[in-house]
Amino acid sequence: MKYGLQFRDVFAAWEFLLEGLAVTLALSVCTMVLGFFLGLACACARTYGGARFKQAVTVYIETIRNTPLLVQIFLLYFGLPSLGLRLEGFDAALIALVINLGAYSTEIIRAGLEAIPKSQIEAGQSLGLTPWQIFRYIIVFPALKAMYPALSSQFILLMLATSVVSQISVQDLFHVGSIIQSRTFRDFEVYTVIGCIYLALAFMMRGVFAVIYRQVFAR
Amino acid sequence: MIREFGTGDIVYLVFAARWTLALTALAFAGGAIVGLTLAVLRISPLAPLRFLASLYIQIVQGTPLLVWLFLFYFGLSIAGLPVNAWTAAALAYSIYGGAFLGEIWRGALIAVAPTQWEAGASLGLTYVQQMRHIIIPQAVRIATPPTIGFLVQLIKNTSLAATIGFVELTREGQLTSASTYKPFAVYITVACIYFLICFPLTQWSRRLEERFNVAR
Repeated sequence: MKYGLQFRDVFAAWEFLLEGLAVTLALSVCTMVLGFFLGLACACARTYGGARFKQAVTVYIETIRNTPLLVQIFLLYFGLPSLGLRLEGFDAALIALVINLGAYSTEIIRAGLEAIPKSQIEAGQSLGLTPWQIFRYIIVFPALKAMYPALSSQFILLMLATSVVSQISVQDLFHVGSIIQSRTFRDFEVYTVIGCIYLALAFMMRGVFAVIYRQVFAR
Repeated sequence: MIREFGTGDIVYLVFAARWTLALTALAFAGGAIVGLTLAVLRISPLAPLRFLASLYIQIVQGTPLLVWLFLFYFGLSIAGLPVNAWTAAALAYSIYGGAFLGEIWRGALIAVAPTQWEAGASLGLTYVQQMRHIIIPQAVRIATPPTIGFLVQLIKNTSLAATIGFVELTREGQLTSASTYKPFAVYITVACIYFLICFPLTQWSRRLEERFNVAR
């Protein structure tokens, strides 16, 4: 039997696809911002904090990095209500993604912070700068430059990973795709279109990150 | 009647992990074939081959694994192929794993000093002989820690196969959770099993990396 590809039904639902895209973008951007700051806090605690901080951060990172994101999301969404804490799908997804990204970015940010030669920090101290001034004027900029490439690819991976939240019925791009699939039975066409949209997003993010790098760091 | 979540369920979950491991093995084998091909193409002297391999990697690394799984699970039937969860998962994970392993292994291949190629050439070895006897043996040492690191990613990502009804650890967790109505206990157990599989590998990879850095 010959099968004719038909994208008409998929594109007819373009408004619905846009709604899903908006959710995916909102989820990705919120996670990037919150996850970055969580990672920054943990990396600072691990690099400059005491032994107990270091231990706590290590336990956090190893737990998150050695278990699947899907299970983490299920635990928050399905598991927490039995402890009396009920979360909306979007909130559960956002919290799980932030905790997940936080763990990965801690490692990246820590590597960036440790890339600053100790002698530069000592130079700052001998000039009488306060710890905050040293952080602000000596550490931040070169550290950001060192961690930027790894961090931006982690962000792109995160955006792609947000598709997993469709499994707890958050209406993101992927979930919208599944709904269109169940309405039109155009399986192949739907997932091809969805895949292309994710691909375009990933390329756009890569482009934006490259422009920011050139504007901010390449001098 | 809702039954309790007891020792029997935990044993059952532990046994379900064997399908996670089986899928990981299949995915790694498929991904290794694709990845090795890509890595060799990426450093080939022919520009069109390099371009095609790079295009493949860009596309696969720019789309979610979930899309590949669903594309193969629901989409392949239009080509008239009978598709079950095993075939779909094996295909999707090979394509996905290949793109990442290809990049890791390309990095390892170009990390071998160019003088090694030249030394091989000056001994009269052909391209294939240089690759086979000089470059690959050295690249394997460089590639081992990040490859184990990716293996951990792969183990965690096999959980996504649960979404197409592939019964592995996560899917078994969903089923147990549905029948015992103890989602918290079930998913904690599932997470612990993943952790027990992944953590030793993570540590091993880190140790190898440290040893390699010291040796250098």
